[in-house]
Amino acid sequence: MFDSTVVQMLIEGTQATLYMTLVSTLLGYAFGLPMGVLLAISDKEGLRPNPVLYKVLDVIANIVRSVPFLILLILLIPFTRFLVGKSYGATATIVPLVVAAVPFIARMVESSLKEVDQGVIEAARSMGASDIQIVIKVLLLEARTSLITGGTIAIGTILGYSAMSGAVGGGGLGDIAVRYGYYRYQTDIMIVTVVLLIVLVQIFQTIGMAVATKLDKRKTAVKNKKHGAGESVTFGGK
Amino acid sequence: MAGIVIENVSKTFPGEDGKIEALKNVSLTIEPGDIYGIIGMSGAGKSTLVRCMNFLEMPSQGRVLIDGRSLGDLTEKELRAQRQDIGMIFQHFNLLMQKSVIENVCFPLHIQGKKKKEARQRARELLEIVGLSEKEKAFPAQLSGGQKQRVAIARALASDPKILLCDEATSALDPQTTSSILELLKDINQRFSITIVIITHQMSVVREICKHVAILSEGEVVEQGLVSDIFDHPRSREAREMIRTDSGSDLASSGKEAREEISSGRKIRIVFSENSAFEPVIANLVLTFREPVNILRANTRNVGGVAKGEMILEFMKDSPNQEAMRRYLVERGLAVEEVTGDV
Repeated sequence: MFDSTVVQMLIEGTQATLYMTLVSTLLGYAFGLPMGVLLAISDKEGLRPNPVLYKVLDVIANIVRSVPFLILLILLIPFTRFLVGKSYGATATIVPLVVAAVPFIARMVESSLKEVDQGVIEAARSMGASDIQIVIKVLLLEARTSLITGGTIAIGTILGYSAMSGAVGGGGLGDIAVRYGYYRYQTDIMIVTVVLLIVLVQIFQTIGMAVATKLDKRKTAVKNKKHGAGESVTFGGK
Repeated sequence: MAGIVIENVSKTFPGEDGKIEALKNVSLTIEPGDIYGIIGMSGAGKSTLVRCMNFLEMPSQGRVLIDGRSLGDLTEKELRAQRQDIGMIFQHFNLLMQKSVIENVCFPLHIQGKKKKEARQRARELLEIVGLSEKEKAFPAQLSGGQKQRVAIARALASDPKILLCDEATSALDPQTTSSILELLKDINQRFSITIVIITHQMSVVREICKHVAILSEGEVVEQGLVSDIFDHPRSREAREMIRTDSGSDLASSGKEAREEISSGRKIRIVFSENSAFEPVIANLVLTFREPVNILRANTRNVGGVAKGEMILEFMKDSPNQEAMRRYLVERGLAVEEVTGDV
């Protein structure tokens, strides 16, 4: 159907998309996770309420999140050029992707951590745990299922954003879709890129959910009960 | 062993309309090795009071002394170290749901920076004590409420505390499981001479294991002392209410019906202890005065390991012998007190 150059281009595009998505997610968490933790603990119900810090982070998160990604991409061009040396291509796209991802990730981390039962936190405090110990050994641990689910959502969103960056020469599958599908009316190539994007999102989603479910020990009881009922004949003989 | 002294502690919370006074000038002394009950209705301030004992809540006024050391004078680091000497268990167990039973018990030891192997060994000993050795790899979601509370007890004991605070620890459990948990607490108190403070709204819990009790109502201690004394001679309205509702709702409701039919004469509540239970007192009373008495309610209960009989009698209306009959009972060594309308 396609000649080898097109296939080669699609392979490279997929690689570029994966590269942008994964590196941006990683960097996004490098900044977003601490920001989310700070938001969660500085909130008035948090471990160490700090209204000023919370407000500052809250406003930053809201400002960045209210700028549409395509506009953020353009707004950040000087900054990107300063950091990477150029404003197009996969590596350059990582800069606006991270900037957009950080507040998004921070919000998800914040809400995951706030789901942790206050009683468990209180129990840890009663044992003499410090705030840092509570964050690491209680909050992040107890919220891990929710954090991984959030991470899966974040990857999907960043993947979508990376495709959007194709409009301004961002590289990857989105770039191919725009160049061939939009400018050259080669709908077949565009459809293939869309299918590839869908497949990538599916893969990330499936892996993320599988990991989250596997790590969630709260459901163990239910699973075992089902298991036990099904296998009752086998165990009956013992 | 460690004692707890609460000195004039008050606690106010900022509320919707002005301040809410959760505790008003509370003073208590809890002796080392005691099992001390703090009982009250919900909203009486019990949970706030127990949280003042390890400074999860800081009192607005007053001092809390553990072994003579005022918690308010400690630095944050010292306070955290002090908390390791004060175990705490909760109504909803508050276990780490993502950690296995043994990891939960190891948790306080990890916080203290104990080595993993050492912590595991200690945790196994504790699970043995609470009778859950075979569940060490299970997760809390797989356990029953009673088992979860046992894990929580093991966890609270991991750091060898001198004090164990129990915040409504049996309120989410059925009566049978409650008894077994109380047995365990009693056993722990005797084996390790840990001072135990029990917060509850159930008189039956206090009756079963506590030696001393304080009754808290609207942030104030209305009565405190030996459980057996308060059971025999409740002075406050709250104490009477607690004792009355203790035996269960069925008795309370049948008592109400009876009251409507014969609410006439003077009523008294008498308590038999072991030494007064030999003589057929009521029968002799009737024979002596040749006058019937109405038994409105009778019950036997276990108070701190001693069987106590409780009875509510009503004298005949307009009987001239009422006072003499009351004295007769007092002379026979019974605890007697007058009860008014709300029997």
